[in-house]
Amino acid sequence: MEEKFGVPKDPSYLIKALQHIQEEKGYISMKDALDVAEYLDVPLSKVYGVATFYEQFRLKPRGKYIIRVCQGTACHVKGGKTLLDFLKDFLGIGVGETTDDCLFTIERVACLGACALAPAVEINGKIYGKMNPDKLRDIIIEIKEAEKNAKSCKPV
Amino acid sequence: MRVVIDGKEYEFDREMTILEAARQVGVHIPTLCYHPAVESIGACRMCVVEIEGSPKLFTACTTKIKDGMVVKTNTERVRRARKINTELLLSVHPNDCMTCDANGHCALQDLAYQFQIKESRWGTRLRNLPIDDSHPLIMRDLNKCIQCQLCVRVCDEVQQMSIYSMVNRGADSLPQPGLTDKLGESDCVSCGACATVCPVGAIVEKPAIGKARWWEVKKVKTTCPYCGVGCQLDVYYDPKKNEIVRIYASEEDVEINDGVLTCVKGKFGYEYTMSKDRLTKPLIKKNGKFVEATWDEALDYAAERILEIKKKYGPDAIGVLSSAKCTNEENYLMQKLARAVIGTNNVDHCARLCHASTVTGLAITLGSAAMTNNLMDIMKAEVIFIIGANPTENHPVYGTRIKRAVRKYGAKLIVADPRKIELAKMAHIHLQHRPGTDTALLLGMMKVIIDEKLYDEEFIKERTVGFEKVVEKVNEVDLDEVEKITGVSKEKIVEAARMYAKAERAAILYAMGITQHVSGTENVASLANLAMMTGNVGKEGAGVNPLRGQNNVQGACDLGALPNVYPGYQKVEDPEVRKKFESFWGVELPPKAGMALTDMFLSPDKIKAMIIMAENPVVSDPDSKRVEEFLKNLEFYLSIEIFMNESNQYADVILPAASAFEKDGTFTNTERRIIRVRKVLEAPGQAKPDWWIIKELAKRLGYNMEYSHPSEIMEEIRQITPIYAGVTYERIEKKGLQWPVRDLEHPGTPILHVGRFNFPDGKGRFVPVEFKPPKELPDEEYPFYLTTGRMLYHFHTGTMTRRVKGINKIVGKAYMEISPQDAEKLGIKDEDVVRVTSRRGSILIHAKITDRMQPGVVFIPFHFAEARANILTGEFLDPKARIPEFKVAAVKIEKVEGVKEVEPPEYVKKHS
Repeated sequence: MEEKFGVPKDPSYLIKALQHIQEEKGYISMKDALDVAEYLDVPLSKVYGVATFYEQFRLKPRGKYIIRVCQGTACHVKGGKTLLDFLKDFLGIGVGETTDDCLFTIERVACLGACALAPAVEINGKIYGKMNPDKLRDIIIEIKEAEKNAKSCKPV
Repeated sequence: MRVVIDGKEYEFDREMTILEAARQVGVHIPTLCYHPAVESIGACRMCVVEIEGSPKLFTACTTKIKDGMVVKTNTERVRRARKINTELLLSVHPNDCMTCDANGHCALQDLAYQFQIKESRWGTRLRNLPIDDSHPLIMRDLNKCIQCQLCVRVCDEVQQMSIYSMVNRGADSLPQPGLTDKLGESDCVSCGACATVCPVGAIVEKPAIGKARWWEVKKVKTTCPYCGVGCQLDVYYDPKKNEIVRIYASEEDVEINDGVLTCVKGKFGYEYTMSKDRLTKPLIKKNGKFVEATWDEALDYAAERILEIKKKYGPDAIGVLSSAKCTNEENYLMQKLARAVIGTNNVDHCARLCHASTVTGLAITLGSAAMTNNLMDIMKAEVIFIIGANPTENHPVYGTRIKRAVRKYGAKLIVADPRKIELAKMAHIHLQHRPGTDTALLLGMMKVIIDEKLYDEEFIKERTVGFEKVVEKVNEVDLDEVEKITGVSKEKIVEAARMYAKAERAAILYAMGITQHVSGTENVASLANLAMMTGNVGKEGAGVNPLRGQNNVQGACDLGALPNVYPGYQKVEDPEVRKKFESFWGVELPPKAGMALTDMFLSPDKIKAMIIMAENPVVSDPDSKRVEEFLKNLEFYLSIEIFMNESNQYADVILPAASAFEKDGTFTNTERRIIRVRKVLEAPGQAKPDWWIIKELAKRLGYNMEYSHPSEIMEEIRQITPIYAGVTYERIEKKGLQWPVRDLEHPGTPILHVGRFNFPDGKGRFVPVEFKPPKELPDEEYPFYLTTGRMLYHFHTGTMTRRVKGINKIVGKAYMEISPQDAEKLGIKDEDVVRVTSRRGSILIHAKITDRMQPGVVFIPFHFAEARANILTGEFLDPKARIPEFKVAAVKIEKVEGVKEVEPPEYVKKHS
């Protein structure tokens, strides 16, 4: 059986196909969406509907570093909102957006499950606990320093 | 079932929802997301009701009635729930009814008024979204969206395009086309159904914006003036300005357009009727220039010239072109004018160019030249075999129904078409044969059916004659040879034959891909043979179904606008029939059949004068340079028209006619249904309905015609036309009737040939046919097949649709479809200007590269006067049907350097 996007040619595999694309490219481009629609014989609008319904899918390129700021109850009480506002201001982008150098993407999450460390931030899977804006700034400057020589601006 | 609604008990005889039941007994339940044409989803919660014995509220649109149910639709609790829902919607809704196009026709406004909500108790927080202005005909302001999803559902379920999806989640979810949120960038086919069903002002028809408030408009139900489907339209017009404001599908006629659908032409194509270009006064050509005249002057002069030519050369020197765009009544009068007044059978119309071979091919096999089944019937087919038809573009509303039959009801689809048309993409089998090889392909299928004994022995024995003659012919067929001729693999032909023959109910649909060939009659007869041998005639979900092109091409044929038959296909050359008409009309009639229009145009030595009503042969007829010469050289040319066009510039007299929106009458659609055409607007200036013009001309030619309304003409038709004998305006006031309608009690005939065929012995006739190749095949000098046809946005010679601004914005230029392979070989890029040349002439046109085309074949729609496809086509005629081979000609293609644009005619630019 023919396989593309890691799935057989069957409309019911839409979500899996989108997950496959996102895993490979980090986001779902217009072209990928069109290709997947054509391959699975699903209307483009339905691909769009599914891709925007689930939090996990991205229609825009994401940065090399995904910064997820926890807005769960504990983090909220401990200043999660302040952290998020600081980050948006410092990087000059909104939630779900990516910096022009393709380094950072900000995401908001409901709970990272690290309530004891509130307020918590997760960067590429690593949890940073008991954060404040100063600490967060230092981490970002450190990453920028480390990536100084990275040449291309290519989304992962 | 007995159900109590608001304290009163009612009896219902079938299962239905509470909402349907309430509406049936006149109890009003408000709704926002309900529409009868789509499945109910209970999303808006506005139709909630109480059911006794149950603690929660139920949505009336999704809850079925049960025996003994006690429903309360208007309690305090119900009202409170509805009010809160309304307030929630208003909490994000802009309060700008003052300029909103839905003002006066808005479900949300009605509810706010009913509950007297000035402002939502939660205040108002607008979405602040940009307006989607990207589509030339449809405007979307999602700030006003109430998330009812009707646009999504009508596009999914009925139109079958699925342009919209609810995008994002929860309170933010809104209907959007993927992935740019811009309708103009999507695959939208501009049918406008989303605007029709939107209960608020979120999606509106752009041309209607600012035209008139809802309370200023009036509504008239009429029949669409475009294709043969005959969609029933509610036309809203402003009587003060004498202008159409917008068009909706009529909700009453589910059989024809599902109570909700139109295509882009039906919904938006009305602007031509209000164009400043309309002819408003009779014109007489004097010294090479048209001069305005009074009706008396023009009619007297025309009559005088016609009589003069009749006297000089005899009546057969005069040719009459009636029109498939005019009403039944007008076609009846026109052929009567030719036969009873002028005294010639030289009367024909454009069916000669589209379905003449249907008339010849079906008459000799089934006995009736019309669609055997009806439009609704396709939903019952197990297999649908479409050959040489492109319904999603040319019969768009019916095209959606085919898609539904396949997707929703599981019909299998076989498409035979040289082009990869939209339906080919969803077909189970696509036979992409070479142009002009239809008979070979069908013989191949019959070979498989006969070899494998898949035919219906009992049907053949009981209901037909002549099968053995077909078997004899088919036995000579070699499938390898068929593969070579058609370019379709043997395996595919076998698969298609089995799929078609094994189905309990298999329907054949065809159109001009079958008819417009030198072998048109053979092609049609082959289809009839195929259907008869598999027992697929005279039952539901089956049949041989020609899709007729223009609004009233069926009616124009029915009413005898053909050279060999009187109304009702009664033969001119049958002395009994002629006697009947002679005594009915009170004159002597010519005994011999007249000339077909293609023959008239080829006989400048015989035809000296022509009366042409609503036709533009210079663009529509083959080898059109020669047609132009013919018209130029006529001694007298009388044109009855709504516009000046490429043909009537050569006329001697032009009489200004009323458009289909400006007169009463009837059309007969492709399923033989006689439907009303109603006057909406006053005709501009002195323009008059064609029936009035013909009657006035007849008087001046010495034959008295007295009618004050088309219903009187129908009364006359009824008396002399057996298939229309039971048709009166009263009977078709609400719903049309399908002929034969034998008498005033006869209910009409949804399916032909049930039990017997239309022959004296009642038996269908197999007609053996042989494959006959097209007249002109590609060679070294002219290496490409040219095939011509139509496209979604335009109609016929463009005189109507190319006067619609929004349509011109979508498709404004003439184009030729070419395969990517050929384009690469010729070094052609998309939009490049190319020269296309045949043995008849040459045109410049833009290239459109598309994988719809197979290599070696190009397609040109014939609508564009600046790049007339018919300069290229040849006058190759089917010997019996006299239909030209529009579908095959040989051409060469060259890239043209230095020309960027093929300019459309001035009138198109004026309407852009």
